[in-house]
Amino acid sequence: MRKVTLIILSFVIWFLLVWPFDPVSGALYPQSTIIGIIVAIFVGLLLGDRIPARLSPATVFKRIFWLVVYVPMFLWYVLLANLDVVYRVIHPDMPIHPGIVRVKTTLKNPAGRTMLANSITLTPGTLTVDITDDGYLYIHWINVRSDDIEQATHHIVERFESVLRRIFE
Amino acid sequence: MTSHEIVGYVFICVGAIFDFFGCMGLVRLPDVYNRLQAATKCVTLGTIFILVGTAIATAVPAIAIKAILCALFILITSPTGAHALARGSYLSGVKLWDKSVTDKFHERAEDIKRSYSGEAK
Repeated sequence: MRKVTLIILSFVIWFLLVWPFDPVSGALYPQSTIIGIIVAIFVGLLLGDRIPARLSPATVFKRIFWLVVYVPMFLWYVLLANLDVVYRVIHPDMPIHPGIVRVKTTLKNPAGRTMLANSITLTPGTLTVDITDDGYLYIHWINVRSDDIEQATHHIVERFESVLRRIFE
Repeated sequence: MTSHEIVGYVFICVGAIFDFFGCMGLVRLPDVYNRLQAATKCVTLGTIFILVGTAIATAVPAIAIKAILCALFILITSPTGAHALARGSYLSGVKLWDKSVTDKFHERAEDIKRSYSGEAK
């Protein structure tokens, strides 16, 4: 079942990416479509087991709801991050106090941790350098406000962690 | 020029400005890690703006959908790439800037290097 889901999903993405219609007549190109079906089946059979096990509809709905909450919040922080970089770059004195700090996350799910690390990289002044198995992240911080692990975790991780936990756990 | 074209070109211009500041950061900031910060953030958002602008300006489904999908892929892959570059440059011995305030990664990096050299033997 999971394999079928993945086959359909990858075929839809492939279809959108290739858009196999003739620009003039609007006819479907059969050769592109057939190749797409073959590749989608291959991908589905190979990687179908990686999709997490079946969840109840209520859980899925809850997770999608929090994902919808998360995306605008994330984009807002991305915009802030850019304005922050622009400010630091065009300021004549370059107000930076860089350093690498250590923070702790309580997320357990690998996908959740990946999302957290990527979100940290795209948000103001921080860049994920490494993550350990026991949940410590090493963050390059362009303007270190606190050396202390608790304080740094509060500044960097906590704003995403609560939402990401609701999405992934 | 129709209204959606104007909106699209505004998006493209904003994206180009962000890209420009990202490149300026590459030149002005002192070390690899700070430069990566500027490059990742500004260039990601700038490129996404340009792609969304393209999607709006053309309004051809074949182009618009591709542009939006590309924007999504960039949003996922660009921070991952920056992370790999930062980790790789630290482990291969690129120093932090002299005026850096703190460096908590040093011990962990030594551990990783030791484990790598252990595997090599």
